[in-house]
Amino acid sequence: MFSIQDLQKKLLSNETSSKSLIEASLTQIEKTKSLNAFISVLSKQALEDAEAADKRRAAGKSIGPLDGIPVAIKDNLCLENTRTTAASKILENFNAPYTATAVQRLKDAGAIIVGKTNMDEFAMGSSSESSYFGAVKNPLDESKVPGGSSGGSAVAVASGCVPGALGSDTGGSIRQPAACTGIVGMKPTYGRVSRYGLIAYASSLDQIGPFGTNVKDCATILSAICGEDSHDNTTSARPCEDFSKKLGEGVQGKVIGIPKEYFAEGLEASCKATIEKTLAQLEKEGAILKEISLPHISYAVSSYYIIATAEASSNLSRFDGVRYGYRAPDVHKLFDLYAKSRSEGFGKEVQRRILLGSYVLSSGFYDAYYVQAQKVRRLITDDFKKAFESCDVIASPTMPGDPLACGTSSSDPMAMYLSDIYTVSLNLSGLPGITLPCGSSENKIPVSIQWIGKPFEESALLSVAQATEQLVK
Amino acid sequence: MSKYYPVIGLEIHCQLATRTKMFCSCEVEVNTTPNKHVCPVCLGMPGAMPVPNKKAVEYAIRLGLALNCEIDLNAMWTRKNYFYPDLPKGYQITQTGGLPVYDHPICKNGWLEVTLDDGSVKRVGITRIHMEEDAGKLVHDLSPEGSHFDANRCGTPLCEIVTEPDIRSPQEAVLVLQKIKQILEYTEVSNANMENGNMRCDGNISLRESEDAPFGTRAEIKNLNSFTNLEKALEAEILLQTLTLDANKEVEQCTKRFDVNNNKTIVIRSKEDAHDYKYFPEPDMVRLVTDPKFVESIKNSLPELPDARRERFVNDYQITAYDAQVLTMERDVSVWFDTAAKQCKNPKILANWVISELLREVKDLENGLSDVKIMPEHLAALVNLIEDNTISGKIAKQVFADMFATGKAPDVIVKEKGLVQITDISAIESIVSEVVQANQGQFDEFKAGKVALKGFFVGQVMKKSGGKANPGLVNQILDKMAAQ
Repeated sequence: MFSIQDLQKKLLSNETSSKSLIEASLTQIEKTKSLNAFISVLSKQALEDAEAADKRRAAGKSIGPLDGIPVAIKDNLCLENTRTTAASKILENFNAPYTATAVQRLKDAGAIIVGKTNMDEFAMGSSSESSYFGAVKNPLDESKVPGGSSGGSAVAVASGCVPGALGSDTGGSIRQPAACTGIVGMKPTYGRVSRYGLIAYASSLDQIGPFGTNVKDCATILSAICGEDSHDNTTSARPCEDFSKKLGEGVQGKVIGIPKEYFAEGLEASCKATIEKTLAQLEKEGAILKEISLPHISYAVSSYYIIATAEASSNLSRFDGVRYGYRAPDVHKLFDLYAKSRSEGFGKEVQRRILLGSYVLSSGFYDAYYVQAQKVRRLITDDFKKAFESCDVIASPTMPGDPLACGTSSSDPMAMYLSDIYTVSLNLSGLPGITLPCGSSENKIPVSIQWIGKPFEESALLSVAQATEQLVK
Repeated sequence: MSKYYPVIGLEIHCQLATRTKMFCSCEVEVNTTPNKHVCPVCLGMPGAMPVPNKKAVEYAIRLGLALNCEIDLNAMWTRKNYFYPDLPKGYQITQTGGLPVYDHPICKNGWLEVTLDDGSVKRVGITRIHMEEDAGKLVHDLSPEGSHFDANRCGTPLCEIVTEPDIRSPQEAVLVLQKIKQILEYTEVSNANMENGNMRCDGNISLRESEDAPFGTRAEIKNLNSFTNLEKALEAEILLQTLTLDANKEVEQCTKRFDVNNNKTIVIRSKEDAHDYKYFPEPDMVRLVTDPKFVESIKNSLPELPDARRERFVNDYQITAYDAQVLTMERDVSVWFDTAAKQCKNPKILANWVISELLREVKDLENGLSDVKIMPEHLAALVNLIEDNTISGKIAKQVFADMFATGKAPDVIVKEKGLVQITDISAIESIVSEVVQANQGQFDEFKAGKVALKGFFVGQVMKKSGGKANPGLVNQILDKMAAQ
């Protein structure tokens, strides 16, 4: 697998051109078409952009580590004049009228978007099977799901189509597919990356983040897309550093918190053993392991599904068949226009979550569900706050075991929901997290470790992740 | 009058006079080409996010301070969810609803005062003022095939002012609404024009059997767009609820509209049909944190409010409380008068001119005072010309008509038309002599003691002088000649 750093080196030494990189990327996309990682491939524009990048470089005006590098973006990120579907029939023919801030920043850094990747419809799912455009396949084992919802972006990187990609993470939608496909995926702190132009699933949980084949590449992409945005009131004003420059600090003296609740029942034995082995190695490198407790963590998944669906039910109201998107034919009454357009335009999982969300916000149920879930969210956030008083980073599994078998998500949605058990709490508390492979399970499938950082301390998080990466190489 | 005691509260929506919309930078301009001022945010495009308009927040705070409210330095945005084709996102961003924990409007717990007919001052509580966005407009008459959508109004900033149920009669309700309109104008927060809909009022009303009985069941009458309609609708509803109670039936909680033509309130939604708006905190924006220094600076720059201006007019210009009330009712009139009065030798006379001459004419102008050609300084100058005997009051009316028509300064008109009052005694004497010669018979009678004929001679002299003779001098000279 190529890294962004290697490709940039080759570009700068004239070993290759951006045009060849894009051509190679397009060829690989074509070759791996059966994986169904892409919804749209933007060959023409990508080749034009490559020529421009090559000219810049020839003129000595290369604009940084991403200049001329092919990347992919999840299809819930708006790109002006380009089809942006969120993998839904309701947006099958929707051309975005503007470009998302994160995407624009990636373009401004010279990255070239070769395509828009497949995903769970409206990012609702952990298997990338609920797409209107068909399921994404896991290149490591086609009988297993590639994870989701950003499965297409993960597979695009894992199958060598692009060295980096953007996804969005609402409950684990970057970290989980990264783990399923054996690559690195990161969810930044809530507010670190602008959500403007990201088709919202659950606004208070959504965050855009990078996929890469290595930690440094993720740092490079994050540096390009992060920072305050006047179009997103929830972005933080904290200055954005070049996260790739602070790597290499190692783990000497770092206190690693190990939540006892995460390494208990529910975690597959070989998975647990692999992660514990990695932690033992880090201890040898000078890290201090410390057991911590997150007492309210067992309520995270329930709390997450209430808050996420509540927000989703409102966020998805705009898809009503009136101004854009799918409109049911032959309707003559306003109610029918709404009911039929939405029933025909949304898939089953999306409808399930809209109904659940509407239910938890309904008067009479509001206190028992939404208000309660918000209280739990507060408690979980406080748990982490308290835990971080005595440690620098927290280690955890990314998934309870191997990726689910294809088809589980529709036959047993609860099993899919529970696969988010280690990831959702970060979205609830807004914390940054990164996942990377640290070994293999007995089925020869990569096992990933998840590192959880303090708010806005992505630098520290990335440097521990990189130390882990070097250890397991 | 009903034997029951009405309890009334008002909800007033007004459009804030910002240049741009509440959550995006599109211009606010409604009567223009449809969908001229739109962007991904106000069109509710996928992925677009709202960002609060600082000016709108400033206006809301200014209004809150003018209505003696507490300002919430940590206000919250919420979503009100419902489907309608004029609502692009499927929800309205507002600052109300849900549980108390999610209810943090920008302003709360204020009050205003109105002067009742008996001269007493009544205080009415302001429960809250919150900000929200307006919806778009559906146009149904463009084509027979379907309705059209104009998003120019989408996202226009609104404030909703909610009063406590402190109002006890439809007439009081009108006074309260007038006061709020006045304050909106004085603070320049809104154009507060009811005719073009940038101010609307809903009235909540219930009846009870005594002044200290618990509140009865209320009806809410929506979209009352004039003071008259507010009063009439409340009166019609009082009548209806009285009949219901007299028949020993229960008033049902409902939402109504007012049918102007039939002078009746009509149910549009019963309590059972009430929407469940599923309010919850708006997750696309952080809480609206306001710096107390910002509030302080708005407080310090708060303009003079109607009550203060009225009192100042009485004290500084020695005009009557009634005149001051009339002159401060509308902000632009008060500013006009104030400007003129500062340069006038007799503000009391000026007040009469403004009230009985100027405002009478203004009523017929399409855009009211802004269409008036007379400069305030010029009306002051006109009064000054009367004061220093340059012209008579009668001539002044003639000059005023010219000023109104042309906008010219009064001294220019007086000069052009030769209207300067004749105060030269010999000139007046010669006119009086002419009149006496022509009417010798009557003059002899006058001389003999028929005092009533004096008016006739004064009238004749004034007529002959083209109204320019100083009437005082004419009287003196006539008396002198009669005594000879």
